[in-house]
Amino acid sequence: MAKKPIQFQLNGSSKSVFVEEGQNLLEVLRREVGDLTPKLGCAQGACGSCTVLIDGEQIVSCLTLAETVEGASVETAAGLANGPTLHALQEAFMDGFAAQCGFCTPGMLVSAKALLDKNPSPSRGDVIEAISGNLCRCTGYEPIIDAILAAAGNGHNSAGRYSGSGRQS
Amino acid sequence: MIEFRKDIFADERDDNLNEIGKPTRRQDILGHVTGRSPFYDDHQFEGLLHLKCLRSPHHHARIRSIDTKPAEQMPGVHRIIQGSDVKVNLNTLLSLMNFGEDDEPVLSDKKVSYVGEPILAVVAETERQAFDAIAKIRVDYEVLPHVLDPEEALQPNAPLVNETMPGNAFPYHEKYNHQKLRFGDVEAAFAQADHIVEDRYQMSPIEQAPIEMCGAIAAPETNDRFVCYTSTQALFFSLGTAAKVLDVPSNRLHFIGGTVGGGFGGKVDSLHEPLAILGCMLTGRAVRYAFDRQEEMQVGAPRGAERWYIKDAVMNDGRITARKFTGYFDVGAYTRLSSYAIIKAAGHLPGPYTIPNVYADIYCVYTNRTPATAMRGFGITGVDFAIESHMDQIAHKLGMNPIELRLINSYMDGDMKAHRREAKNTALVECMQVAAEKSGWNIAPDFKAMSSHNGGEGWRSEIPHTVTDTNGQIGNGVPASTVRPATTSIPAYVPSQNPSYAAPPAQPARPVSPPTPQSNVQATPTAPPQASAPASSSTPKRPRVSRFSSISGTRRR
Ligand code: FES
Ligand code: FES
Repeated sequence: MAKKPIQFQLNGSSKSVFVEEGQNLLEVLRREVGDLTPKLGCAQGACGSCTVLIDGEQIVSCLTLAETVEGASVETAAGLANGPTLHALQEAFMDGFAAQCGFCTPGMLVSAKALLDKNPSPSRGDVIEAISGNLCRCTGYEPIIDAILAAAGNGHNSAGRYSGSGRQS
Repeated sequence: MIEFRKDIFADERDDNLNEIGKPTRRQDILGHVTGRSPFYDDHQFEGLLHLKCLRSPHHHARIRSIDTKPAEQMPGVHRIIQGSDVKVNLNTLLSLMNFGEDDEPVLSDKKVSYVGEPILAVVAETERQAFDAIAKIRVDYEVLPHVLDPEEALQPNAPLVNETMPGNAFPYHEKYNHQKLRFGDVEAAFAQADHIVEDRYQMSPIEQAPIEMCGAIAAPETNDRFVCYTSTQALFFSLGTAAKVLDVPSNRLHFIGGTVGGGFGGKVDSLHEPLAILGCMLTGRAVRYAFDRQEEMQVGAPRGAERWYIKDAVMNDGRITARKFTGYFDVGAYTRLSSYAIIKAAGHLPGPYTIPNVYADIYCVYTNRTPATAMRGFGITGVDFAIESHMDQIAHKLGMNPIELRLINSYMDGDMKAHRREAKNTALVECMQVAAEKSGWNIAPDFKAMSSHNGGEGWRSEIPHTVTDTNGQIGNGVPASTVRPATTSIPAYVPSQNPSYAAPPAQPARPVSPPTPQSNVQATPTAPPQASAPASSSTPKRPRVSRFSSISGTRRR
């Protein structure tokens, strides 16, 4: 099958790869680019563990053709931390026991980031809506919802309050 | 929010808990939130090949022939693995513990016994190429009659699901088609009961549904060893199984795991590791064998279906004087771990209650359904659902407060359990008292004053006379008195203190008692293991010691 060159931004740095026609973005990110943070949980758009942001929009990468991200900006959980400095959401997930097996966590964090980027002070309902496409079999969701609210400064932990700028400095 | 009730059993422990009750970060949490935790599929290999299985479309069929020729020529195909390539192509998981006959092929190329059973495997450059090749393979099936219900599977004319298991039942002690528990004499108690309460309960299979699907990647290592990255929950189980099935010393296999994307019992079956390693041995390349989501749901072993019949003898004052169980575990086509779950269930009966006469026959039944395996509370959850539903039915029938009914029958320290071990460190009474308090559920003052320390009096601590049958085995005898008196430690039930708890919601009609078992396998009773020294009624109450360990006398796993 003919391979096609594509170029896109991944967490702020430029990537150029050859992709096969019909290859999905999840596979390209994991196998070609080597960003292993998006996880394969179903390949059917059902679980959300492959969630990434494309130009700020929450997308399931398993159902996205890789060639369609040409020129776009892709964000994954690998881009959340700034060097050793964790994102407020990551801190809140650690403090709030919002991960058990950790398999859904990168997708969950990306969905939460998409929410907070648009709405820095979400209600509980907004949070539930934002992660409604992400399945978690371990936590029962409540600690995740609480952690996202905490990161936004609506919970008990306002130390790492989300600045709304995408990255914590 | 955790609340400590240190007032309960306060004299039994030093108040020096320094971890419990304080949140402690998971040691792997940083990896989780940065997405760096190394799940098996996060290991990258140059030239990784993919293994996919051809699976049975039938519940039950004999395989007349397999034509793999057209697939061998397909692009990207490196190897087709057949049953004959597997050195030891018959296994059972518990054989590592010397329990049960090998009954399950790794690749089943003679007969298939459930939809999705693997027949052969194709190793190809991509998963897509492996699927394309599988689509070209022609299998000639002779479809056989199948059975999907455990009670039907025990009928003498039922199709034979698993050729290692005649009569479609696991042979306990190599000869009995069920696990048996006998304690006292239920029939005599039924004859003297004020009420008989009977019903049937069933639980469907439940998929563990971890978000990370099961899989393994194997790759060649130096010195003729193989490394295997796996999602297994039971690393040494999987290592032992792979070594047995592939007939290699386990020191040639280097297993790496421990980062499991949710297991819940569904990742113990070691289905992926042997085939991934075999693929690697046969191709010299790294091989990945992973379930897709459809396989995870269809082929991944669930918690099996269970059906329980319970018949209780109940007195007007709420005492349950006998409880009889007939249980069917639908374990699917192969044993996996299910025979062990039934032993666990038998040790758990009659639930956390002290009932002087208990009787149980529990069958581990093969059907043409997906083999079942462990899931949380393995062996216990289904029967606990049945027992607690039944307790509520009794409470409704007697118009009793359901918590008080449970308190009347609750086990307490020093009581003799039906499996002939003394109940120690019990706390059911206190748990129910606190649960009632927290939920604002009223219970009478006498019941609020009960304590787990007050059991073990008189008959409660004794092993009742359990008559043996003519073969000298424990059977169904007729001791003189089976309806035991209430003991002083249990408050009398005062109906006037309670509003009506009668009238459960109407339920559709269903059979409440099991059919008479007919089977072509010998159904002679077997004795449950006898505890060596039963507590005598004259023994003074044991000193109160710190509460740890478990009721069954074995360490919890
Ligand atoms: S892997 Fe993409 S939604 Fe599940
Ligand atoms: S933490 Fe395991 S699936 Fe969410």
